[in-house]
Amino acid sequence: MILDKKHELERKLFRQFAETEFTKELQDRLDETGEFDWDMHRKMARYGFMGVRIPRELGGAGGDYLSYALLIEEFARVDAALSIYANTSNSLGGGPLMMAGTQAQKEKYLPQIASGEKIMVFALTEPGAGSDAGGTTTTAIADGDDFILNGRKTFVSGAPMADWCLVFAKTDLAAKGSRGISMFVVDLKLPGVSLGAPEKKMGINGYPTCDVVMEDVRVSKDCLVGPLHRGFSIAMRTLDGGRLGMAAQAVGIAQSCLDESVAYAKERKQFGQPIGNFQGISFMLAEMATEIEAARQLVYHAAELKDAGKDATMACSMAKFYAAETANRCAYKAVQIHGGYGYSKDYKVERLYRDARICSIYEGTSQIQEVVIAGQLLKK
Amino acid sequence: MTFNSMNLDEFHDVWVFAEQRQGELMPAVLELVSEGRKLADELHCELHAVLPGHDVDSLAVTLGGYGADKVLIYDHELLKNYRTETYTEVIAQAVEAFKPEILLFVASNIGRDLAPRCAARLHTGLCADCTHLDVDLGGYIDFLRKESSVDVDNTNFESKMFDVERNLKMTRPAFGGHLMATIVCPRFRPAMATVRPGVMKLREYSSEKAAAVQVEKPAFRLDESDVQTDIIEIVKSTRKQVDLIGADVIVSVGQGIARDVDKGLALAAELADELGGVLGATRAVIDNGWLSADHQVGQTGKTVRPKIYIALGISGAIQHKSGMQDSECIIAVNKAENAPIFEIADYGIVGDLFDVAPKLIEEFRKAKQ
Amino acid sequence: MKIIVTVKQVPDTTGKVSVKPDGTLDRASMETVTNPDDLNAVEAALQLKDQYGARVITVTMGPMQAESMLRELYAMGVDECVLVSGREFGGSDTYATSQIIAAAIDTIGLDEDDIILAGRQAIDGDTAQVGPQIAEKLHLPQVSYAAEITKEDDGLLIKRMLEDGYMMIKVKTPCLITCVKELNEPRYMSVQGIEDCFDKEIRILSYEDLKDHPLIDKTTIGLQGSPTNIYKSFTPPQKSAGRMLKGNAQETAAELAKCLAEKHLI
Repeated sequence: MILDKKHELERKLFRQFAETEFTKELQDRLDETGEFDWDMHRKMARYGFMGVRIPRELGGAGGDYLSYALLIEEFARVDAALSIYANTSNSLGGGPLMMAGTQAQKEKYLPQIASGEKIMVFALTEPGAGSDAGGTTTTAIADGDDFILNGRKTFVSGAPMADWCLVFAKTDLAAKGSRGISMFVVDLKLPGVSLGAPEKKMGINGYPTCDVVMEDVRVSKDCLVGPLHRGFSIAMRTLDGGRLGMAAQAVGIAQSCLDESVAYAKERKQFGQPIGNFQGISFMLAEMATEIEAARQLVYHAAELKDAGKDATMACSMAKFYAAETANRCAYKAVQIHGGYGYSKDYKVERLYRDARICSIYEGTSQIQEVVIAGQLLKK
Repeated sequence: MTFNSMNLDEFHDVWVFAEQRQGELMPAVLELVSEGRKLADELHCELHAVLPGHDVDSLAVTLGGYGADKVLIYDHELLKNYRTETYTEVIAQAVEAFKPEILLFVASNIGRDLAPRCAARLHTGLCADCTHLDVDLGGYIDFLRKESSVDVDNTNFESKMFDVERNLKMTRPAFGGHLMATIVCPRFRPAMATVRPGVMKLREYSSEKAAAVQVEKPAFRLDESDVQTDIIEIVKSTRKQVDLIGADVIVSVGQGIARDVDKGLALAAELADELGGVLGATRAVIDNGWLSADHQVGQTGKTVRPKIYIALGISGAIQHKSGMQDSECIIAVNKAENAPIFEIADYGIVGDLFDVAPKLIEEFRKAKQ
Repeated sequence: MKIIVTVKQVPDTTGKVSVKPDGTLDRASMETVTNPDDLNAVEAALQLKDQYGARVITVTMGPMQAESMLRELYAMGVDECVLVSGREFGGSDTYATSQIIAAAIDTIGLDEDDIILAGRQAIDGDTAQVGPQIAEKLHLPQVSYAAEITKEDDGLLIKRMLEDGYMMIKVKTPCLITCVKELNEPRYMSVQGIEDCFDKEIRILSYEDLKDHPLIDKTTIGLQGSPTNIYKSFTPPQKSAGRMLKGNAQETAAELAKCLAEKHLI
């Protein structure tokens, strides 16, 4: 795909911002402390990054999925954790409301999310329900005009900083599997809500993740997003867009692996010459570059389909599957090219290796993407 | 007599704008007077310094000592402190009255404010920030032979458009120092230039010339109605400015200190102290806020030519090189053996400045004992 | 209040610069950028706009390719972009350029409370001359090297940087101010700005539009008319490579000290 002028300029902005603002000091600090950087969050918000894909009338920039994918790719190319800062509001946080919210709900939540004043996160996974989201045990029981929520959500990215959380809970206890699940906006300051300790993760430090525990949390029926008992299909459709973003993130990480490797292969000398002169190294670079470009085109194509309003479920899963695996392969090769130095924290590839590892796990493992792709193939 | 900048024959003599601040001449004015002397000799004419200010008569002797034949003093209360509008008015009146052939300014913040304004009013050309000036064509060709990649023996220096022997040839860096251009102003007079401080060689002071200097106070018009700005205050920097231009030894740091800025700066400062030198830096260091702007060496900073220039962790971008490559002895320490700085270094050490600098301090200390 | 900002698209001399065998710059191989100091001027204008309300207009002279820069300025929040473009203007030196831009600004029109901002200097020529010369042509007061700009009742209070300190200067509007890097940190484009910038109009002022303006002297514009001409251009000398010292830190340091002592440099 050849980008049009507008998207080309957006890419320039995203790259300029990331390369200037995501300093090495900031990257190292986030990786070491795992703490969220509010200043960066606010700075991103000021330039409209939180609302790239949120409509203009709801306080966003009114961009499309392609703009969003470019944003995540370029940010992740410099720092994967910081790419998530501007991701949630445009995908799992803002996405379900854009798709299924009432006008009142959109007006209540989206402008504040787009401006960065508030953070909305997404809670689907439970200790016993990961890839099998249908195994959700959190419940929301109707009580007059309210619902009472009970249960535990785990690995909720961004929960420690969030104001609101989209919670998937069983509303029809008799329904089997993924049926009978509904989606609620839960204010995390409500009585009965508590947060677990931030997880100690392998990578993507600087965007904390923790459990959200609900004990008899009372929310009004205005907090129900989308039709009762039909929340799971919204979750799945939201995940399409989310997968697109995470695929873009994987492309960014993979590209960074390549950038670092090319620079190192030119600089590092062994046997009296730069190691890039050796085919063992140069072929790895060629493989990385080719796979990254293929992954990138899958991502852009999926974004184009979504922007055209076409069914993009399979395209998003293919992009996520291939880009995530590419990121992992590139990270492996990047460390290999760097040799012992790649195993040392002095070099960026050490962190890239850890950051890349999550790509094939979150927002649907690679295996789940294969299930989705195969399912599409076989249903016809 | 009306002033017409195209009547070339009416113009004669070389002029230097003698920039003073609070009654003190800017040091680079003396470099400019020295250079102006050379040009006046080549043109067989006089060198005059034009000196606007208030109570500045005493400066005339110094200007004479460095080569001025005559000093034109424009004394007025309103000229005590520099203002664009009053100084422009006075310089324009002076030029219109006496018609100098060449008019030079120091390329200081004041010279670069005043000169363009004067050139626009006088309807003539101005060349900014020159690093070399010639009238004599032979001298110019010699300069190119030594200081450029031009094949001078196979180059045509004649021009159908103007007299190449008489016109001032003003050479300056362009495009961040990647190119040098020699500019001429063939159709208008005076030919005007601002000249970069620190570049022109200072002549020896002559008490004989100083004693012989003529002083003239021409008539001029200036009143309150010429004033368009209010100077609320003038603040001299309390922190002592780094005298890069006068230093014999400069130890400069670049991006290489990024790993541990405080330690890198401390090492460089200690090394500079050991050699009685001062601390310089690349633009990147200044842009990162690690050192103040008066430390900057290079195209947008200062041009230096110390006896010893030590570059620590400086890759050698052309912008930096253009400001220091005339140093007598350049020593470069850099991790990357293909760093461009090594192309101009007299001595190169491939290594981490954090390892090498402490050893240099140690060895220099030993060598001095 | 209108704030007119003069801007220029320049080759990025901080990146890779290649020079053709004839000693001229290989512009085709270079990236173009908005001149860095000009972005400080644009930022200053946008800040004044944010604070007091103003219409920010940028004026540039250059080929039609300068459009890409103007789109970016729109995306930063500029209200109107004017492109002065004509073959007859090509090759102008600072004197000629300032004449043309002054005529363009006069065509846009200046009111009592208007301000003209310019960058200190452009990285291609580093002359710092066009700003003051525009002010002269328009008979306006100027303050160059501004590191702080504060709006007051009937004018501006400027912190004007000098090599050895600074001056605080009050100046009445309309006036021209040239801006240094220390003045501010230019903002980025916004996503919303980019979404809209390609739909905005760019006002073109051609040679035809300006040739009869009283500030234009047709004999002193363009390459032919410019008072200064390039006589020769060449690449600067490269000092030849010296000696690379071999060994570890201790050995090289000792060797260097010995060499310098022998040359009586220390």
